[in-house]
Amino acid sequence: MENNQLMRTSLYAGGTSPVKMIQAGFYNEDCLVYDLEDSVSAGEKDAARFLVYNAIKYQRPAGKYILIRVNGIYSKELDADLEAAVRAQPDAIRIPKVEYAEEVVRIADKMTAIEKKAGLPEGGVKIWCNIESYLGVLNARQIASASSRVVAMALGAEDFTASMSAKRTKPGWEIFYARNAVLMACREAGISAQDAVFSDINDAEGLERDLEMTRTLGFDGKTCVHPRQIDQVNACFTPSAKEIRNARRVLEALEEAARNHTGVCVLDGGMVDKPMELRARTTLAKAEAAGIKWGGEEK
Amino acid sequence: MELKKPAMAGTTESGDVMVTLRPEAAGGITIDLTSDVEVLFGDSIRATVRQVLGEFGVENARVSLVDKGALDFVIRARLQCAVCRAAEIEFDWSREDN
Repeated sequence: MENNQLMRTSLYAGGTSPVKMIQAGFYNEDCLVYDLEDSVSAGEKDAARFLVYNAIKYQRPAGKYILIRVNGIYSKELDADLEAAVRAQPDAIRIPKVEYAEEVVRIADKMTAIEKKAGLPEGGVKIWCNIESYLGVLNARQIASASSRVVAMALGAEDFTASMSAKRTKPGWEIFYARNAVLMACREAGISAQDAVFSDINDAEGLERDLEMTRTLGFDGKTCVHPRQIDQVNACFTPSAKEIRNARRVLEALEEAARNHTGVCVLDGGMVDKPMELRARTTLAKAEAAGIKWGGEEK
Repeated sequence: MELKKPAMAGTTESGDVMVTLRPEAAGGITIDLTSDVEVLFGDSIRATVRQVLGEFGVENARVSLVDKGALDFVIRARLQCAVCRAAEIEFDWSREDN
């Protein structure tokens, strides 16, 4: 994950409503996505572009990872969206319905051209790819490594299931393969893996069950459809005190073994192996990114 | 820049401003402002209007604003949109480059 930046939760704010855009900056989401796509009607695309550009330039919320979701790759709005979005200098743009690596390459090239023209640092604005169809899932490995700008991929379950003629259900078995395919592609490319939304905002227990799957599989974050989901999702991706304690014990045992030149490291009667070390380091990195303190040190 | 037709941008929702821009043949910029916060922010809002119109080179126009507590960036965005709609142009984003 990029610079240990927290990407546990993403919340969309429609680019048409100033009050919703401002309010979104006060919730606890890690990533705020100003939307130019689905939440904006065809006749208001120009207005949304101006509003989002000026919001980021003059009223950027502090401490948040800022994204702009641009319009579709083959829409007539995309070029103007990129012109505005790159100049607004968010942390990343979020591209909907990516299906081929070439699409990402083309957009990355356009972004570079705009940066050169505008005298902006090249490559500063990153890319998140939304994977929302079976083609996107099948090509996820190539998409993930299409450009050095790509720092995350997110599964869009509603459109994906529509492309599959599948029924979207709360248990989510219809997206089980897609989740794993996107996740493995992200791991291979070393980028953040973002899980699909849980659409029922009134079902906190359902969200908890969905999060159990999300975290068990290994995702780094999840998109929220409503602010009320944010704290629950953040908690899911924040290591507990017990997990932090265990991770520290694993690393301490490894350090002890190294000091004593012991070939094998043993903790609580079991051998500490590489996967355990990797999990422990990941846990502590997430805890540190979340600002959790341990051992009397401020992290 | 020549404004070709009347145009609007924005809404009357809280935190927004509805801008109506009308071309005028002469007489400079006329601003009609309706705002609950006019006493406090009227001068600032008018200054933003004049600044944005100046950036586009609009010299003659009547601007009506129904302000519902819009922040400066919102006023700026709505005006930019209204000017482009009134002039029937696509915004040249390179104008924003330093």
